[in-house]
Amino acid sequence: MPDAVHATATPDYDPGAQVHLGVFFTGVGPQLIWTEPGAPSHTAIETFLDVARLLERGLFDAFFLGEGLRVRENQGRVFDLDVAGRPDAITQLAALAGATSRIGLVATQNTTYNYPADLARRLASLDLLSDGRAGWNIVTTDNAWTGANFRHGGWLAHEHRYERATGVVEAAKALWAAAADGARDRTVTRDTDLVRLRASATVPPSRQGRPVLFQAGDSDGGRELTAAHADVVFSANTGYEKAVAYAADLRSRLARYGRPADAVRILPGAMVVVGDTVKDAQDKARWLRDEQVSPPRAIAFLEQYWGTDLSAWDPDGPLPDIEPSEGELDPSRGTIAIEDRTGKLAQIRKWRELAAERDLSIVQLVREVSARRPPFVGTASQIADEWTRYVRTRAADGFNIVPQALPSSLTDIVDKVVPELQERGAYRTAYEGTTLREHLALPPL
Amino acid sequence: MTRPDPGGRRLHLALETDGDGAHPAAGQARSRAAGGAAALRGTVGDAEAGGFTLVTFADGPLPPRGGGWRPEAGTRAALVSTLTDRIGLAPTLHATVTEPFHLATQLASLDHASNGRAAWVVGAANGADAHATVGASPLDADALHREITDVVDTARALWDSWEDDAVIKDVATGRFLDWHKVHHVDAEGARFTVKGPLITPRPPQGQVVVLAADTLGLGGRADVALVRRPERDAVAAAAAAARDAGAALVFAEVEVLLDADLPAAERLARLDGAAPWQPAGRLRHVGSPAALAALLAGLARHVDGVRLHPAQLGTDLPVLTGQVLPALAAEGLHRPPRPGATLRDTLGLPRPANRFALAATTST
Repeated sequence: MPDAVHATATPDYDPGAQVHLGVFFTGVGPQLIWTEPGAPSHTAIETFLDVARLLERGLFDAFFLGEGLRVRENQGRVFDLDVAGRPDAITQLAALAGATSRIGLVATQNTTYNYPADLARRLASLDLLSDGRAGWNIVTTDNAWTGANFRHGGWLAHEHRYERATGVVEAAKALWAAAADGARDRTVTRDTDLVRLRASATVPPSRQGRPVLFQAGDSDGGRELTAAHADVVFSANTGYEKAVAYAADLRSRLARYGRPADAVRILPGAMVVVGDTVKDAQDKARWLRDEQVSPPRAIAFLEQYWGTDLSAWDPDGPLPDIEPSEGELDPSRGTIAIEDRTGKLAQIRKWRELAAERDLSIVQLVREVSARRPPFVGTASQIADEWTRYVRTRAADGFNIVPQALPSSLTDIVDKVVPELQERGAYRTAYEGTTLREHLALPPL
Repeated sequence: MTRPDPGGRRLHLALETDGDGAHPAAGQARSRAAGGAAALRGTVGDAEAGGFTLVTFADGPLPPRGGGWRPEAGTRAALVSTLTDRIGLAPTLHATVTEPFHLATQLASLDHASNGRAAWVVGAANGADAHATVGASPLDADALHREITDVVDTARALWDSWEDDAVIKDVATGRFLDWHKVHHVDAEGARFTVKGPLITPRPPQGQVVVLAADTLGLGGRADVALVRRPERDAVAAAAAAARDAGAALVFAEVEVLLDADLPAAERLARLDGAAPWQPAGRLRHVGSPAALAALLAGLARHVDGVRLHPAQLGTDLPVLTGQVLPALAAEGLHRPPRPGATLRDTLGLPRPANRFALAATTST
């Protein structure tokens, strides 16, 4: 970046600001379209290699893998309508590290169902072996249903999940620091109800020092963890107004922790639909939504709330007129936010009112209430303008793209949006560094 | 007691790749380890090009002896999975200090990433320091044996939890998978339970190849028994016993220090001057490559393979690939793996039927 550009930057406007891009590759779930002919195998290593190499061609900062430690279910059976089956994130990213040279490799890893020293060691190993390209997306769960796959299933109360997460992150950072400071004794000890270990660092620091820390939780606990420890936040606040409010909130929290206002890169998650024309993009977005909320998925969505088999109901007909079960929501779909887990009867009442008022069928209603609308739908030029505005006004530092179809969701960005951003001076034209920390333009440790 | 098929005397060759080598002073002159990717790529690449059947990656939750560095073994194996196309990759994962579910997922993922070349060396770290890394305490002998068998059984059940044809992608009905073919495993160990299914579809090999020391008493739960004895007769006797206990294949553990730039005896004296090479209970060959080839040819009457532990990887590996493996190949005792072959193919182990598919077939 030329110095002259820096000179005109103000706290609220930075004309030299750069867009940082990552891809959040969940690999499973309802947003991923699998019905297109020629869709690649979602488990073949070749698919992941193709994506990672595509992102390197597009000069992306990072490739993220999601995590879900139990296969989702519906009505007590494995849920059969969504893409399911995924690799262990650190193993898969290490495999990609061998065949790539620049792209950052970020593993989503849970603090509840991992042993802290083992997790810190595996992440440090990925970081070392990738020559400083590793990141850790820190997530929590309290979910006993997920815990049924682990030695101490369901041991952690909801209100303690961020306390545990903070303890795990601090233990991991202590182990990484012990490796870095060259001391003879690299032992770290913790002895609390939530974190108990005595371990020594076994992996030397990478070229970037330690893995870059990402955080995604949007609750108060999540935001505090971000402010205290994260380098990057994978924020849920994507709409412009929400992004501005989130950035202000984060910066005030950072100040409380004595960290500079730009200590954390903000990358909101973003589904993107690129079209040759506005109408083309809108048509594509509608098609994607209809695929994502197919008639069988609409029925399955309601079954989760009704707590009963609704397969006899016509997705194109009215909402079921039978009463839902009394029990609260089945957690077996994996990722329902805590605030959505209770009060389902009130929720159903609202849906009945909405369906009656607008004469919606089951599938129409579910599309209305469940489909996540892609926040960026338009031509490559429109999207580049929009993203440039976000970063120049400091509402965000870039985006974490959530692909809906492979590889087209990503080739559209690499081949169409990236050149538009480059024309605007808002995107690199070559990698300037080799580590993830350098890609993100984070200050050295 | 000799091998059941002495006519087909062929020896599988495994190489332990940890650190700088088996000798405690291995890194004195020129350390390959420092834990970095370049040395790892070099060692595994050389082993593959030289014709080894598989490489193993020793590991433990504690720093290696002498306080050096050691990245986690599963991550090391994964790094080279996309850089190789025929050699087997066998990290040590410790059953005692891991989550069985993570362990099974990591190994299944390694098998997918390598297109069917993953194996697992069963580790059983049971010291107080090892358990302290997970906030736990050592197990007594009975509990330890039970724990290891429980973890192996659970991993094997999880690897079967997706049937091979579970993903159907049926556009007409919108079903991505057939839920009848993705199973809860409800594994019950003495100290844990695991619901399942695995988050990862069935490994390409069906079951990842399991290697374990015969002394762990896993019998047929392991595909390959690793026999560590200090003398040849003891190796032969232990190999026969391991076969009787159900192991499909038996490998002998052999330490090697070979003539290179200096004669082997002189190299050993110099290294021992820095730190003595204590016996680790394995066969040990210090001498010429030709004598090693003869020793291995003799062992081939009793075992299906050997795992070599070079004193110094940087010095001994080139001699192994340049002289010892070619000598064995010339005698028809060794054949390098075919590109694209799974490790089971290379070892002549069948791809196991899925227990759940089998149950469904039997019940209909």
